Amino acid sequence: MTTQQESLAPASPFYGNVRPILNEVMHAVDRLLETDEPTTIDLAGLPFGPGELEHLEATLGTGELAAKLDALGTSRIRETAYPGVWWLEHRNAFDEVVGRYLEITRTPAILSSQDADIIAGRARLEDQFE
Amino acid sequence: MKRTPTVGEVLRAKGVSRRGFLKYCATTASILALPPSMIPRIAEAIESARRPSVIWLSFQECTGCTESLTRSAAPTVEGLIFDTISLDYHHTLQAAAGDQAEAARHAAMEENDGGYLVLVDGSIPMGNPGFSTIAGISNVDMLKETVAGAAAVVAIGSCAAFGGIPGANPNPTGAVSVMDLVTDKPVINVPGCPPIPTVMTAVLAHFLTFGAIPDLDKHGRPMTFFGTTIHDRCYRRPFYEQGKFANTFDDEGAKAGWCLFKLGCKGPTTYNACATAKWNSGTSFPIEAGHPCLGCSEPNFWDAGGFYEPLSTGNFDSGEKLAGAAVAGVALGAVAAAAGRRRQAKFTKEG
Repeated sequence: MTTQQESLAPASPFYGNVRPILNEVMHAVDRLLETDEPTTIDLAGLPFGPGELEHLEATLGTGELAAKLDALGTSRIRETAYPGVWWLEHRNAFDEVVGRYLEITRTPAILSSQDADIIAGRARLEDQFE
Repeated sequence: MKRTPTVGEVLRAKGVSRRGFLKYCATTASILALPPSMIPRIAEAIESARRPSVIWLSFQECTGCTESLTRSAAPTVEGLIFDTISLDYHHTLQAAAGDQAEAARHAAMEENDGGYLVLVDGSIPMGNPGFSTIAGISNVDMLKETVAGAAAVVAIGSCAAFGGIPGANPNPTGAVSVMDLVTDKPVINVPGCPPIPTVMTAVLAHFLTFGAIPDLDKHGRPMTFFGTTIHDRCYRRPFYEQGKFANTFDDEGAKAGWCLFKLGCKGPTTYNACATAKWNSGTSFPIEAGHPCLGCSEPNFWDAGGFYEPLSTGNFDSGEKLAGAAVAGVALGAVAAAAGRRRQAKFTKEG
């Protein structure tokens, strides 16, 4: 057996790409608390080995709030076990993932009702009286 | 030029909410590799952007690039065709054929003169025009006629960008790339064999969003996707740093997912976004499947040495070196090859 084989780590899905993201999240939480500045981390641009994305998601866990958005496909927005750290996953009409983000903020912007939609909704409400 | 609806108008007509539109902009920012802070600017730009007319020309190619495009998840090719772009001519995807198809191409050129995009996959044979024709028109004539009124040209795939496999030694058709022939229009190269689906659609999304071509590298490739090497973003890179390599395709290192450098991986010299954009809706990419990167998005990758020879043997990007050896004589070439094999054997043994 070669030296290389002797030093083989046990089968593990972790390639060392999750820890730096957790570190970045921690700094983003500090920034949110100190300056109220939100941070968005686009997970699509980061390298993940097999199982690492799932490991990141499991490590962050599930918090007490989750929302589902139906617009151009389904999106799921949920707070992780760490308050202020949100996991966002956007899917298209074919249920394929088109974006994954970590938002470190008090409330993800996409949860807020938008003025254009409020105005259109009010017009529909007014129609009820005609 | 006919008045085409803005993307904002198209989406509103389809009943897409503002919240849905912001989601669309967020995913657009993601595929353009732009920071999320750019989303408001993207929203503003897309709101007023008009659907560009796109003419897709297929020359000496295998249709792999189109196969790849139709598997784009973000946005889908259907979404691109109906919402974001007006795909007016594409042999494989259009319903029209023969004279009707050619009429559609001419109509798109006339109605959108100066503002349409031309996408080309496949190289252009210059040895004999009869090697590849469409409706009796040689590829070079169709290319020159079509790009005359174009805003920009996008060379899709390594064949269109660099000559690709048709242009590989001994290049029997005299194949050349788009940029060899088009010198008076902006040419964006999106190489790959095939290119990553989302990279192709992202180039279109960039043009739609900003009305301009993206920043390009020395080979005419968008820096957004070709600014870093596969190696830079490879999840196996930590093993490279630790000196942990697979030596064969079935050894314990390979099973443990260690670095494939010694098995010929061209990741360190190949600029592309495979390691993060991935393939098949983000499932994996060749290295994740256990195979070294072939370097397919680099010029002349087919003639650039053995796919399974490590970069350290000095064979990669050795076209000029090999040509020099041929001029100097067969003996010199043989000596160089033997030396290369010795270096490779030594490398493998030491690893």
